[in-house]
Amino acid sequence: MAEEVLVFGAWGSPFSRRVEMALKLKGIEYKYIEEDLTNKSPSLLKYNPVHKKIPVLVHNGKPVAESLVILEYIDETWKDHPILPKDPYERANARFWAKFIDEKCLSAIFKACWGEHYEHEKAEKEHEKAVKEVSELLQFLENELKEKRYFGGETVGLLDIAANIIGYWLGVFEEASGAELLTREKFPKLCNWANEFVCVTAIKENLPARDKLIAYLRNRFGAGNASK
Amino acid sequence: MAKNDVKLLGAWPSPFVLRVRVALNIKSVKYEFLEETMAPKSELLLQSNPVYKKIPVLIHGDKPICESQVIVQYIDEAWASGPSILPSDPCDRAIHRFWALYLDETWFPTMKGLLAVQGEERKPLMDQLSEGIVLLEEAFGKCSKGKAFFGGDGIGFLDIVFGCFLGWLRVSEKITGLKLLDEAKTPRLVKWAESFCADAAVKGIMPETDKLLEFARALAAKMREAPPKN
Repeated sequence: MAEEVLVFGAWGSPFSRRVEMALKLKGIEYKYIEEDLTNKSPSLLKYNPVHKKIPVLVHNGKPVAESLVILEYIDETWKDHPILPKDPYERANARFWAKFIDEKCLSAIFKACWGEHYEHEKAEKEHEKAVKEVSELLQFLENELKEKRYFGGETVGLLDIAANIIGYWLGVFEEASGAELLTREKFPKLCNWANEFVCVTAIKENLPARDKLIAYLRNRFGAGNASK
Repeated sequence: MAKNDVKLLGAWPSPFVLRVRVALNIKSVKYEFLEETMAPKSELLLQSNPVYKKIPVLIHGDKPICESQVIVQYIDEAWASGPSILPSDPCDRAIHRFWALYLDETWFPTMKGLLAVQGEERKPLMDQLSEGIVLLEEAFGKCSKGKAFFGGDGIGFLDIVFGCFLGWLRVSEKITGLKLLDEAKTPRLVKWAESFCADAAVKGIMPETDKLLEFARALAAKMREAPPKN
């Protein structure tokens, strides 16, 4: 039976790009469907009725939603180029940090870049607090990387893919908003990792164009907290 | 395996800690339960879970594992010879994980919200929880394939994730006087809840609803007294 793999995504979303990165790493052919999130397709609503969100992977007609759930599904279905290690403790570690990135990092980064709008006197203090929080979160990841080339060891793994937000989108958010978060002096390992990460073919081919993303972000969220 | 090779840092009211205990029971793993008062948090907790400083933490040998869903999957994989917790088919596994995420990220936060407010404010939250339950009733129909649990014949991952919320679900029902699990609307889940609570891995460690209710009331009172957080 011919295999059919569909990916519903959005060009700028790190979450749908994760799915594409994993499929590319494993050499799996798929059909990509770009969703207009302001006008969601009937197919998307059918395949993800609970959240009505991208990404959704549809494999031979069966939908899978939630990017980290999809990554595990991909790894379990297509065994070439595994993205999770075999050892249970290392697997638990990868899952823990992937969850950490989604639960804590993205919202903290957004806050540090585009903040909530407070009255002038409060703005500086709130901004400082947000930047400090991102710093603490990045430090955890810096420590977790240790001397490894990738979070997954010698090759890109699930955690590297989940950390695409840190590896690419963070730099774009910084440029769009004027925030300085992932600095080389504080996070040398993480910076090296980010450079290596975006050079991996399966990753490089799945990064949204920088200029396009910056323009979109500035349009949507404003010029940010830059004190310039 | 020697009992002191496996330690669980936890607290009796926590549904997340309960998940880990059920999983360990399913695998017949002996462990030492270290009850945390959470005020103050022990040195061991702060060292083992520096990121979140929360329970549960499983310590296997000298390795700490945090986050209840991560821990339960770890238990399934580390003690592979026992009964399986995750289903074997990748599609089924994805379904269990999807609903587990829904429960923790969407459903339970609504319940926490409900427990923190009073009177009129509770009804809309209760309605949201009810809608979630209806989705889960439907999911149960698909997952169980006519058997007793989401996992089939035996307790599986989604049974553990959802089942361990039953105590708090009952507390919400008592506080509001409204039903979430209902013979008329969610007959399959009513039966499932009974089966879950009666299971050997769960019976005896599921906290009593009345004790949880007392705990919830004391916690709510404390929160009302506390100065507003900045």
